[in-house]
Amino acid sequence: MADYDTPSITAPIDIPVLKKRAMKHLSPFAAAPAHQEALGFPGELVDDWQTKAIDKFAELLGKSRALQVYMDSCVKCGACTDKCHYFLGSGDPNNMPVARQDLMRKVYRRNFTWAGKLLPWLVGAEDLTEELLDDWYTYFHQCSQCRRCSVFCPYGIDTAEVSMAAREIMDHIGKGQKYCNEIIGKVHKIGNNLGLPEAALINTLEGLEEDIEEETGVPVTLPVNVEGADILLVTPSADFFAEPHVDGLIGYAKVFHQAGVSWTISSYASEAANFALFIGSYEQMKLIAERIRKAARDLGVKRIIFGECGHAWRVAYSFLNTLAGPFDFLDPGYPIPQHICEFTYDLIREGKLTLDKSANDHMTLTYHDSCNVARGSRMGDSPGGQFEIPRAIIKACCNNFVDMAADTIKEKTFCCGGGGGLLTDDLMEVRAKGAAPRMRALQEVVEDHGVTHMAAICAICKSQFAKVMPAYGFDMDSVVSLHQLVSNAIVLDGQTTDPAGKTSTA
Amino acid sequence: MVLGSIFAVLAYFATAIFVVGLLYRIWLYATTPAPLKIPTTPAPVKRSGVLIRMAKEVFFFQSLFKANKWTWLFGWVFHAALLLVVLRHLRYFTEPVWLWVKWVQPFGLYAGFAMLAGLAALWVRRFAVERIRYISGISDHLMLLLLIGIVVTGLMMKYVVRTDIIALKTFVLGLIYFDWQPIPADAMLLIHLGLALALMIIFPFSKLLHAPGLFFSPGRNQVDNPREKRHLAPWAAALDAGRQKGGGE
Repeated sequence: MADYDTPSITAPIDIPVLKKRAMKHLSPFAAAPAHQEALGFPGELVDDWQTKAIDKFAELLGKSRALQVYMDSCVKCGACTDKCHYFLGSGDPNNMPVARQDLMRKVYRRNFTWAGKLLPWLVGAEDLTEELLDDWYTYFHQCSQCRRCSVFCPYGIDTAEVSMAAREIMDHIGKGQKYCNEIIGKVHKIGNNLGLPEAALINTLEGLEEDIEEETGVPVTLPVNVEGADILLVTPSADFFAEPHVDGLIGYAKVFHQAGVSWTISSYASEAANFALFIGSYEQMKLIAERIRKAARDLGVKRIIFGECGHAWRVAYSFLNTLAGPFDFLDPGYPIPQHICEFTYDLIREGKLTLDKSANDHMTLTYHDSCNVARGSRMGDSPGGQFEIPRAIIKACCNNFVDMAADTIKEKTFCCGGGGGLLTDDLMEVRAKGAAPRMRALQEVVEDHGVTHMAAICAICKSQFAKVMPAYGFDMDSVVSLHQLVSNAIVLDGQTTDPAGKTSTA
Repeated sequence: MVLGSIFAVLAYFATAIFVVGLLYRIWLYATTPAPLKIPTTPAPVKRSGVLIRMAKEVFFFQSLFKANKWTWLFGWVFHAALLLVVLRHLRYFTEPVWLWVKWVQPFGLYAGFAMLAGLAALWVRRFAVERIRYISGISDHLMLLLLIGIVVTGLMMKYVVRTDIIALKTFVLGLIYFDWQPIPADAMLLIHLGLALALMIIFPFSKLLHAPGLFFSPGRNQVDNPREKRHLAPWAAALDAGRQKGGGE
């Protein structure tokens, strides 16, 4: 099968001995000229790419305080060196956040500092050679921009910002990544990452409606493009067909139904994901975000709610108001935008949902905090709501819940291994290795507490886990959507089947 | 007096580089826009909370404490001791010596040893821990060597080859009041002073910029309120202008 080994998770994962350039062979597929040009980037490496790259670098330094401060501030204290899941899984020192950043910082020193211009050998300054550019392409695509290292950095240096800037520079000289850029093109053209057109979307959702009615006897609808609906649901397109994502979507539909609200999906903005975050392009990110604004305007909704998706929630919560605001045409009585977990949690608190916990008794759950939700956003009114609210929902829906080890959850959560634009088969090896720390934490609660399933609220996490868990000895369906648990437990008005008696997908 | 003049010129030069260089850097950080809200969450939702978060970082190195207890211990001891030592040195710049500087004096003396211990431990890490050895460059070693040189010569003057501290203070006050005085021609003092001035010159061009950098790090100093308050950088606002004209609304 695979021509690489995944780390053993039978014992705690030690900090690996350095294996220099162990992951050098793994670069993602390059974007084709068509993918590049669709986003306004050069189709292939431009002739004077070195000058262009440094010019772009200078431009970004002037546009982003974070980049400028982060380039200057690192003292190489080593606090981050054992924090990256890709380093822990691979042992390649270039996957230590400080070393990854240094690939860029040495070019910064050479071109933008006195010390680097006069004494390059002393301060480790280097020109952006073809070889170094190649290292950029490799190692800035082995960063899932999960921000775990930034939690531990004494100056808050965020490698995500650095890898985004590097990818932005590479895009502008014609060295883009196929996976992200092709997908962004699809969103611009069709409205979602999958390239799922309106007719297919409606067809899929009608199928789900039939499934729900068959299961519960209740006609729950999944409306599309309904003008005048109160709520616009923006959810990752993976929710429309992938497992276990779709079970989460069914959960949202049941919650909306039971809450008695009118809601709709937009075929124009049928994607919560915003992969432009991964390539660090403010302009591309804004274009995608503007689709949501336009859909909300055109449909005349009062609220926007996002489905389960990690980086999408970061872009929505932290950036949407900036990118596509102000949203003064929406109802200010609700958070703009709101997370589906916030919506469900409010209903639970108000006692508006009947939940039969025993429907999930065949599972013992743990919960995987998605990095972009944990470290790049919030839910609810107080800091840390993004940790408490999903757990409160799980506990309201399940009798058996156990958290994983404290240094692997909440703000210290480990990435699934597939975030940041790495969820592509050409990067399978680094995805599998990067999943090791999470898999080890899961293994511990499986052994100690009999955990059978892990819930997640991120489309990428769910896809990644479903794919890599078998390599670690877990069933691919042991990852579940959080709203799948809600879906199992919720008792709809007029429901004809006993939720506890039904067989769940899990 | 030739020696005094050389050091006087050096001192003015180093101070000018230090002050102007640092001010330029702070100005650069302050005026470079932060286009997006990127606090590392959970983050405070109010300005007052950010002040507390920053205070924990500045005074207690909170994030480093989360990361690695040994690095935190060595780093914190070094910086705390450095602060005491710098404060203690104010006695050479003030006449009469301020009361609180007198209080700091005994702590400042012990702090010299703590500083040396912290620096030595930090340097040992750069050799002993494989990961840290890998990321350490020549300048990282030299920076520690420079600091250790300053501390060792300082301690030597205090405990081994004492210098004429009264004459030194006369020299320093002469610099402040532009009334140049001779400097004691003690090797230890001249090395100590020379290295300290070198440090000041290097400061605005090196990783020592982590000091002002911390205060401008968006991951730490931003308020987590993007839904409540629209955050917009000037260059990003220009992109909005296009929308209003023909953005399909």
